[in-house]
Amino acid sequence: MFYREVGEFKSSYKEDSQTFPITLDRYAYYVLLAIAVLVMPFILNDYWVKAVVLPFLIYSIAAMGLNILTGYCGQVSLGSGGFMAVGAYSCYKFMTGFDVYLPGEAGEWVRYALPPINVFFSVLLGGVTTAFVGVLFGLPSLRIKGFYLAVATLAAQFFLVWLFNKWEWAFNYSASGQITAPERAVFGINVTGPSTSAAATYLFCLAFVILLALVARNLTRGRLGRSWMAIRDMDIAAEIIGVNPLKAKLTAFGISSFYIGVAGALLFAVYLGAAEVGEVFGIQKSFLVLFMIIIGGLGSVLGSFLGAAFMVLLPVLLKNVLVGQLGWATDIAAHLEFVIVGALIILFLIVEPHGLARLWSTIKNKLRLWPFPH
Amino acid sequence: MSADFLYGVEVVLNGLMAGVMYSLVALGFVLIFKASGVFNYSQGVMALFAAQTLVGLQQGQMPFSHLINAVFGTSLHNFGWTLPTPVAILLSIGVMILFAIAVEKLVLKHLVNQEPIILFMATIGLAYFMEGFGELMWGSEIKRLDVGIPQGGNAWIESATAGWGGDNFYGFYIDTLDIYATVIAIVLVACLVVFSQYTRMGRALRAVADDHQAALSVGISLRTIWIIVWSIAGFVALVAGTLWGAKSGVQFSLSLIALKALPVLMLGGFTSIPGAVVGGLIIGVGEKLFEYLIGAPFLGGATENWFAYMLALVFLVFRPQGLFGEKIIERV
Repeated sequence: MFYREVGEFKSSYKEDSQTFPITLDRYAYYVLLAIAVLVMPFILNDYWVKAVVLPFLIYSIAAMGLNILTGYCGQVSLGSGGFMAVGAYSCYKFMTGFDVYLPGEAGEWVRYALPPINVFFSVLLGGVTTAFVGVLFGLPSLRIKGFYLAVATLAAQFFLVWLFNKWEWAFNYSASGQITAPERAVFGINVTGPSTSAAATYLFCLAFVILLALVARNLTRGRLGRSWMAIRDMDIAAEIIGVNPLKAKLTAFGISSFYIGVAGALLFAVYLGAAEVGEVFGIQKSFLVLFMIIIGGLGSVLGSFLGAAFMVLLPVLLKNVLVGQLGWATDIAAHLEFVIVGALIILFLIVEPHGLARLWSTIKNKLRLWPFPH
Repeated sequence: MSADFLYGVEVVLNGLMAGVMYSLVALGFVLIFKASGVFNYSQGVMALFAAQTLVGLQQGQMPFSHLINAVFGTSLHNFGWTLPTPVAILLSIGVMILFAIAVEKLVLKHLVNQEPIILFMATIGLAYFMEGFGELMWGSEIKRLDVGIPQGGNAWIESATAGWGGDNFYGFYIDTLDIYATVIAIVLVACLVVFSQYTRMGRALRAVADDHQAALSVGISLRTIWIIVWSIAGFVALVAGTLWGAKSGVQFSLSLIALKALPVLMLGGFTSIPGAVVGGLIIGVGEKLFEYLIGAPFLGGATENWFAYMLALVFLVFRPQGLFGEKIIERV
């Protein structure tokens, strides 16, 4: 009755091709945005930000990244954990500053000390570094397809984790092999380090999420996104109608890795504060992000958010119910979580292979006709 | 012969033995992939689950005791008896067959005609489920698995070869368990080949692998075939899980051998049983040699974690279907 598109007349191409063509959708989006930016920082307490909201925001970015590669371009990747590690470690290097060697006038190498960069740009530069690494590991995708590629991305996962374990320069020769985020501020307010306020970290991550979601949404609607989808649906046919597979696949790898790198950088710098590569960025992380996009919906930006919310909330919920209410041992709850997550994934694939996002659009279609179905 | 060279030979021998273990896991993958086109990620967890079941049955452990204790406040743990190994093995095979039937009834049946990648992801979900299920059922502590295979360096080989390389060489160190594993693997592969070449069921399996539609049209029941294939894969998982479990204890890391089997598959090709064996041997020798010659002296060690994948990756760029894989023909 209320949700409908009747009476909406578009008089220009711009109106017709905007992100949310239905007025009610658009207003709902603006209201959501306003609540997220203006209201949430004041009502969220420390527990909620640390346990639910920050991981949700950060994993949404990672899920969007993987969704670009797997959902839109059809290249299954199991290397997300490794790429997140690249983002985290390069962000750490940019935050703490390092020496660069450039050729001088007489051809000799001159040492310049690169100063620590503002944390916002460090995170972005971490993403850029990851994009380059992603393109490098995406090169085999031009020859290898399907399962073979999925396994090939495992090479990235294991090699990168090994690299950051052994390469002492990457963690500034710290004795524990850990990287620890130093105290850094944006506009004079601390966003990393031990003395941060919940609202500041929340807004910092939210800024990235809004920015990147907007970019992702518009990239996937545009020429580039369509070329990705053509490659996904059938690569040889796409090549015949003039899509350049080299360009499509490598941009997908690059942009996806940029997102995943930013997520890794935020996970380390803002959320965890300290990270050890094998523990935080292991193969489990790759699967976690993959599950998010399966449950949320392959090939949907909204699905990335829904999937991330689901996978972040489920363990918190189970832990609260089983450990908090029923008083079971934590390890039994953890095992039960595995069982439930596994069963849910199979269930989703059987009942709704297109994930929560498809469920949402079904509901919207029903709502358009409700309460008069004919 | 110089001692260094002989140590190199020892590394190769140990690599071959490790390769046999990889091949065992890879075999399970190939069987299922050939018959149903499903890339079964849960093969490693199946091995873990099989080994857990074997230990649990051997020691008369009560299934789900932790869960029951948590729900009802009891303190059950054991039935109070132990089973002889052969009986426990037979019962474990039974459990794996039940598992195969459950997978077919609850998962595969509903996913017929889905894209391969969806099926692959379903098996990842299955792997998660089995991991939690196995630990709920038998507990998550590290268990010792003893099926009567002797362990430790083989004294006979060591003393027989001790005189070869002068004073600095003390003979080849080869684990007896690995020798047993090699023999068992050879017997297993031989049995599988005989089964698929000379039995009625084996012919049906090969028919399904060749062409699902054609197999259906001559009256072969796909669902029966799937149950049989998953049962065989479960049996292979039991063998692999038992050998690995006897070697390094039954624990979570056992399920990670599945990841090690993936580059083996890529090298050998997903559809070839000889490929799985040869690929396993190449990977086993390759990673041990690389660690010995380059990894440990120059790169800080632990290169075994990624070398296999890199080798497979580089190899695939030149031959995308693997060593023995069927040629990939694509049509629009």
